[in-house]
Amino acid sequence: MQFDMPSLIPVLPEAFIATMACVVLVVDLFLKQEQRIVTYSIAQFSLLMAVLITMATSTGDSQIVFHGSVIRDTMSDVLKVAICIVTAGAFLYAKDYLRDRDLFKGEFYVLSLFAVLGMMIMVSANSFLTVYLGLELLALSLYALVAFDNNSGLGSEAAMKYFVLGALASGMLLYGISMIYGATGSIEFQPVAEALVSTGMNNTVLVFGLVFLVIGLAFKFGAVPFHMWVPDVYQGAPTAVVLFLGSAPKIAAFALAMRLLVDGLGSLHADWQGMLAILAVLSMAVGNVIAIAQTNIKRMLAYSTISHVGFILVGILAGTSKGYTAAMFYSIVYAVMAVGAFGIVVLLSRKGFEAEQLSDYKGLNDRNPWFAAMMLLIMFSMAGVPPTVGFFAKLFVLEAVVSIDMVWLALVGVAFSIIGAYYYLRIVKLMYFDKPEDQEPLTAGMDTRIALSVNGLAMLVLGMFPGGLLSVCAAAFS
Amino acid sequence: MEILFLAIVLAPLIGAVIAGFWGDRIGRVGAHWVTSSGVGISALLSLYVLSGFITGSREPFNGSVYTWMVSDGLHMEVGFLVDQLTALMMSVVTFVSFCIHIYTIGYMADDEHNWPEGSLAGTNSYQRFFSYISLFTFSMLMLVMSNNFLQLFFGWEAVGLVSYLLIGFWSVRPTAIFANLKAFLVNRVGDFGFILGIAAIAMYTGSLDYSEVFKAIPGLADTQIQIFGDSSWSLMTVICILLFIGAMGKSAQVPLHVWLPDSMEGPTPISALIHAATMVTAGVFMVARMSPLYEFSETALSFILVIGATTAIFTGLIGIVQNDIKRVVAYSTLSQLGYMMVALGASAYAAGIFHLMTHAFFKALLFLAAGSVIIGMHHDQDIRNMGGIKKYMPWTYWTSLLGSLALIGFPGFSGFFSKDAIIEAVHHSSIPGAGYAYLAVVIGVFVTALYSFRMFFLVFHGKGPRDEHAKAHLHESPKVVTVPLVLLAIPSVFIGYFTVKAVLFEGWLGDALFVLPQHDTLGALAQSVSGPNEMISHGFHGLPLYLALAGLVTAGVIYLAFPSIADTIKKLFKPINIALEKKYWFDEAYQFLFAGGSRNLGRFLWETGDRLIIDNVIINGSARSIGRFADRIRNVQTGYLYHYAIAMILGLLLLLTWFVIAA
Repeated sequence: MQFDMPSLIPVLPEAFIATMACVVLVVDLFLKQEQRIVTYSIAQFSLLMAVLITMATSTGDSQIVFHGSVIRDTMSDVLKVAICIVTAGAFLYAKDYLRDRDLFKGEFYVLSLFAVLGMMIMVSANSFLTVYLGLELLALSLYALVAFDNNSGLGSEAAMKYFVLGALASGMLLYGISMIYGATGSIEFQPVAEALVSTGMNNTVLVFGLVFLVIGLAFKFGAVPFHMWVPDVYQGAPTAVVLFLGSAPKIAAFALAMRLLVDGLGSLHADWQGMLAILAVLSMAVGNVIAIAQTNIKRMLAYSTISHVGFILVGILAGTSKGYTAAMFYSIVYAVMAVGAFGIVVLLSRKGFEAEQLSDYKGLNDRNPWFAAMMLLIMFSMAGVPPTVGFFAKLFVLEAVVSIDMVWLALVGVAFSIIGAYYYLRIVKLMYFDKPEDQEPLTAGMDTRIALSVNGLAMLVLGMFPGGLLSVCAAAFS
Repeated sequence: MEILFLAIVLAPLIGAVIAGFWGDRIGRVGAHWVTSSGVGISALLSLYVLSGFITGSREPFNGSVYTWMVSDGLHMEVGFLVDQLTALMMSVVTFVSFCIHIYTIGYMADDEHNWPEGSLAGTNSYQRFFSYISLFTFSMLMLVMSNNFLQLFFGWEAVGLVSYLLIGFWSVRPTAIFANLKAFLVNRVGDFGFILGIAAIAMYTGSLDYSEVFKAIPGLADTQIQIFGDSSWSLMTVICILLFIGAMGKSAQVPLHVWLPDSMEGPTPISALIHAATMVTAGVFMVARMSPLYEFSETALSFILVIGATTAIFTGLIGIVQNDIKRVVAYSTLSQLGYMMVALGASAYAAGIFHLMTHAFFKALLFLAAGSVIIGMHHDQDIRNMGGIKKYMPWTYWTSLLGSLALIGFPGFSGFFSKDAIIEAVHHSSIPGAGYAYLAVVIGVFVTALYSFRMFFLVFHGKGPRDEHAKAHLHESPKVVTVPLVLLAIPSVFIGYFTVKAVLFEGWLGDALFVLPQHDTLGALAQSVSGPNEMISHGFHGLPLYLALAGLVTAGVIYLAFPSIADTIKKLFKPINIALEKKYWFDEAYQFLFAGGSRNLGRFLWETGDRLIIDNVIINGSARSIGRFADRIRNVQTGYLYHYAIAMILGLLLLLTWFVIAA
């Protein structure tokens, strides 16, 4: 194999993150516990630099390197930047939480940075094998992160469930990939796509492989009925981990779907459209309905995730560039909303107290009107109330699906959004109309407060000016 | 040119805004000064415009000053059409309004006694009142100076709004609130017709501008449209009757007249200004302004004629049995509005407008005189408690006498010329309903004289106030009250004599009015008389004069000389008396049918439709069932790993079956 130096430039962000993850690992060995802030700073610096490098080396064209294994295009650049920013936000919110619980360790950042690396590889993958490698790097890091608080029985249980089910899903995904390889003779996306066009679609093995592939995908998304791990993991894992796990990986999952289904198996659109439609409807239904019955906010947000995944799938299954744009917009917006919502959970928690019950949010407006307003904006955005950005995310997805004459799907989406609005608005009602049960002052640091304010106001600003982000997303599919 | 008209319109508005928003800052004196001078400026400029038309040095102006928006080719503009008709209306409105402003200074001087202690609405009520009447003047000017239907509608609604605010000015009185709600609701009915008419005009002519609409109308004269099923309607008739329904509401024509007597709950100055002299005549003005439309629908003209004649005679009859001094004048107003409508129906638009003008002066005068009496009687309004006030209030007495003589059409007084012209015009009219209308207006003359002088004699003559307590305090009202009385008495007496020739026979109103040759009743009248002196001498040969005198004498005989006759007549004609006292049961019927009916319908929709079906079944029902469903299916999430794995495998099998085996 000939090693071609210039071809490293497109993978510079990944290379940088990989290097920095190792640097953190080594540096952390020589730090005392009270110096751990250095680890945190290096991690944040890495993410920031990764964003800058991605922007600096972005060309706007598609570049394929490593003999067809890796692709660098506009979509990957945008998604990488989004992943890094959302992760940085999660790190910021998580810092105080980790410190209060004696979890402020270098491993958290090492594992998270490797997970980020895995996501970046998924985003830039150009073959089934690269996708799988990225996916496993992400998944293995997350398994470990879920069990990060090794004194917590709930956390270990969740990690175990996540690991076993994740292994099952990975197996299915690999099985699907092997069948597609059998049918087409390649594991790179372009040759597979060309082979599909030349051999035709009526190949049972192909559809068989496609089903397994979609299931692997659905598991990563947490789409119904492959969602069972989501509530348990969200509830069991430390909130700091959920912050990360519940946000950026959704962007990666979107990329995974785009790479596998659109880049690789685009000509099987008619087949996977139906499958995604079933998954989307079930996700929206089960996610929204069961969320109503939850009393734990982390579980509630877990079911909320499931329902939002349904919406992202609706955008993808439209199969038009409008639909992909809408789904990409939705997944980025969702990641920002999710990190904000869990940020509030972290904000309200303190040493020895987890603000996990819905009743902990009673009277938040009396305790701190500003952060109650931020939570209100995030909840409105999740519910899809104009003029928050969540409304436009839903609107674009629905527009995309209406424009391919699947009005029924749009109606289903709207109906379940209405049901979903109930449990988001219930939080608002608790915050504004109930008397507080807990009078402890909020202990969060200034950086968290500022970041949360930016996060909350972003819901409003992006909602009033959705054009910028939308055009960035649209550029990826033009 | 536009600056002049804008100044006329905006001066009262500025006064209203200042007195309304900064009333507590500028105080009472500041408020009445700023509003009175605003209206005063407006009045002077209006008279200047009018004098330009009288001397012939001014040409009609038609232009837009501001385009509000253009929607689908339809221009919505603010603009002025100032011709002789407008100038006349502007002058009447601003002059009467100015008199009322002055009068109000005296009438509302101790308004705080009308409010409960510490009432929030009672603070600065004096300033608020001035703000409202100036705002009214602005609205009325916008209405009469408009050159398009949208602005007409704006002014129409704005005067309605101020009327609503002022009827309920003493908002702590339940009767006032009832009356203003009633006025509001009844006017909704009329305004609904009005806006439908405007919509029809916009739909068929594609314009809201008067001149463009009038240009398009002759071409649409024979258009037939289908509204319900296959029945064919004349477009012009539909438009004209819809617009006239608006006029019926605003000008209180039967059967939408019920709000006007109740509107007397408001302070007397606004009864004079809004509910006698100006706002209620907006309907008359509107029909005259729309004469190029109405001329093309004989059906609509007949409709107006019949409605007007009915109002003129039947509301006049009610006036005979009323005992509240203001209500007598209110029924008299209704009756006179009927006369104006009759003139319009007979295509004698100029006579209608002429009567509008003379009526504005003498009716405002009568109301203000009544108000003066009310001040003297310490807000006792029952004429049975009065009597002999003549010697206590000479100024009020003499001006009232002049006003009453003008009202009954005594020869030489201004009311004589306008009323006689109407009666003669109807006599010459040949459209269906003219015979009935003629009969009504002729009998109406007798009725008018009867109720006017019944009130006059009961209030001013006979033995001193029957209320002994009032006698001690009774004295003439202050200058600010009597001066406006004199100011209004002058035109009440003289204006008819000096203007009748120009307005009625020499076509001074010019192109503002449009009359088809076959409808030209005033032209027919002009062949026999052509000036004020001839009208007077002709009057002595006609029936109306003797009917008026008969009414006067009858009132004197019954209510001054032999009061016992009144009771005898009451007993003899008991059913008629009851019908009159119950005002033909209009109020009862409306309250039972419309008010009661809509309340019952509303309650039914609320209880059954909203609370039971929508709230309970659809909203809460679905919410409850989804909540129950959620509680049940959350148990699927057992927490057991093998259940989760099974779910995944089942999902896999489902998709496989669906897409591989089935397909």
